Amino acid sequence: MLRIIEIEARLFVRDRLNSLFSLVFPSLLLLGLGAIPALRTPDPQFGGLRFIDSYVSSVVVFTLVFIGIQRVPAVVATYREKGVLRRLATTPMHPARLLVGQLVVNFAAAILSVLLTIVVAYVVFDVDLPHHPLGLACAVLLGGAGTLALGLVIAALAPNARAAGGWATVVFMLLMFVGGVYLPRFMLPSVVVKIGSYSPPGVEALQQAWLGTAPDWRHLAIMGLVSLVAGTVAARTFRWE
Amino acid sequence: MAIIEVRDLGKRYGPRVAVDSVSFEVAEGEIFGILGPNGAGKTTTVECVSGLRTPDRGSVSVLGQAPADVRAAIGVQLQASELPERMRVGEALSLFSSFYPAPADWSARLGLSGHLKAEFGQLSGGLKQRLSIALALVGSPRVAILDELTTGLDPQARRDTWSVIEDVRAAGVTILLVTHFMEEAERLCDRVAVFRDGRIAAADTPSGLVSRVDGSCRVRFVPSAALDVAVLEALPEVSSVSVVGEQVVVSGSENLLHAVTSLLARKQIVARQLRVDQVSLNDAYVRLTGGSSDVADH
Repeated sequence: MLRIIEIEARLFVRDRLNSLFSLVFPSLLLLGLGAIPALRTPDPQFGGLRFIDSYVSSVVVFTLVFIGIQRVPAVVATYREKGVLRRLATTPMHPARLLVGQLVVNFAAAILSVLLTIVVAYVVFDVDLPHHPLGLACAVLLGGAGTLALGLVIAALAPNARAAGGWATVVFMLLMFVGGVYLPRFMLPSVVVKIGSYSPPGVEALQQAWLGTAPDWRHLAIMGLVSLVAGTVAARTFRWE
Repeated sequence: MAIIEVRDLGKRYGPRVAVDSVSFEVAEGEIFGILGPNGAGKTTTVECVSGLRTPDRGSVSVLGQAPADVRAAIGVQLQASELPERMRVGEALSLFSSFYPAPADWSARLGLSGHLKAEFGQLSGGLKQRLSIALALVGSPRVAILDELTTGLDPQARRDTWSVIEDVRAAGVTILLVTHFMEEAERLCDRVAVFRDGRIAAADTPSGLVSRVDGSCRVRFVPSAALDVAVLEALPEVSSVSVVGEQVVVSGSENLLHAVTSLLARKQIVARQLRVDQVSLNDAYVRLTGGSSDVADH
């Protein structure tokens, strides 16, 4: 299993563009926006916070959604389409382990990327360190799991790699929108904000853990439930070839 | 002792019957060939023997057990199965060898040593095929299942691969080989099964299959003097005679040539432009599969 994870990690890093997007781009996005002085000025609209403060959680949303929805289903559907999973099914190792390796590597990348964002936000823009680190860890883990599980549902149900890519892009856009990546959440209608709180990876819980006191346990529970349901659906409907 | 035993195997995909009642046995150390046109059920059969598919009917056993229970003892080379684009040859070999208790390295023998750092997506068709064979053998299998072993290889690489397979067999490995190439079947296989419409049309040694064909030998010549066709037809070895222009074409059994030349000698007729054609496995195959022209080349 370690050998699989090692090789999956190498493949991840070797895919330069995607690994750059997963690991570094979210922090670059923050740096880019932070370069605009107006976004670094406290604003009564955010309750005296700066735009940049309220945007850090949306950057985390970008990371998790990019990896979980754009990245993982594409790789998994390609593995199936190219017969990689079928080939492994003839060996003593179950092909599910390859998928586990894939998830482990992507989860690790997501965590690294979030840590980098925290450091950049703190060092460059003086954004507070997460107020509730444990809560943020839970929100990232559960939110990441929910997003990955949703990605696996796409991989399971899409007839081929092309379709998986198409479906993933639609879901990616939607989740980015409700997660406040395109427009800051205060500009979104309240119903969209509400949807965003409950759709993976759960921007509200991330925000609360970072800048508030603690994440609402109901938001976390919903993410856990999404992971469980989507994970089950993916496992039930997954085709190996 | 039979290493592979297939009894009354049946498999359908929806309404389409892929395999309908196939039975055969492969003995230890044997190379058993499976021939037949596309869609005849060859691949489905070997997929059942590899443990990739569950038969609807009948039974399959490998080393006396269900194939899925002895995966470590079966090495499989599949048609059209790839690896991740950016995986290197060396990584694939080391990854696959980590699945087995006693891995073997065939990469040098298959000419892969110089390509260990190359990524799968950049390999030529021939190198992909050779890697696929190396991965099938990496677990030191007791049974190797090779589907379209040399498709995509150039003639030299094909011959090199055959000698690898002969080495593998010499090491005591039992081999199930699906092929489109008659020359390959003739060179490698101890026995061959010809598939047609999900059934085995015939199973025998390659030379046994050839001798089943009527008129397995054919002699053509231009007689130096007029020759009575009826005299030729009267010979017991002759099955048919035809005259094309001045050329006489005689078909018959294996001893045809001797019978015809002795007759001509007695009549003091010289056979000019004498040609002898032996029916090949290719001809036998075409007859058995009902004139299907799905033979790539030979």
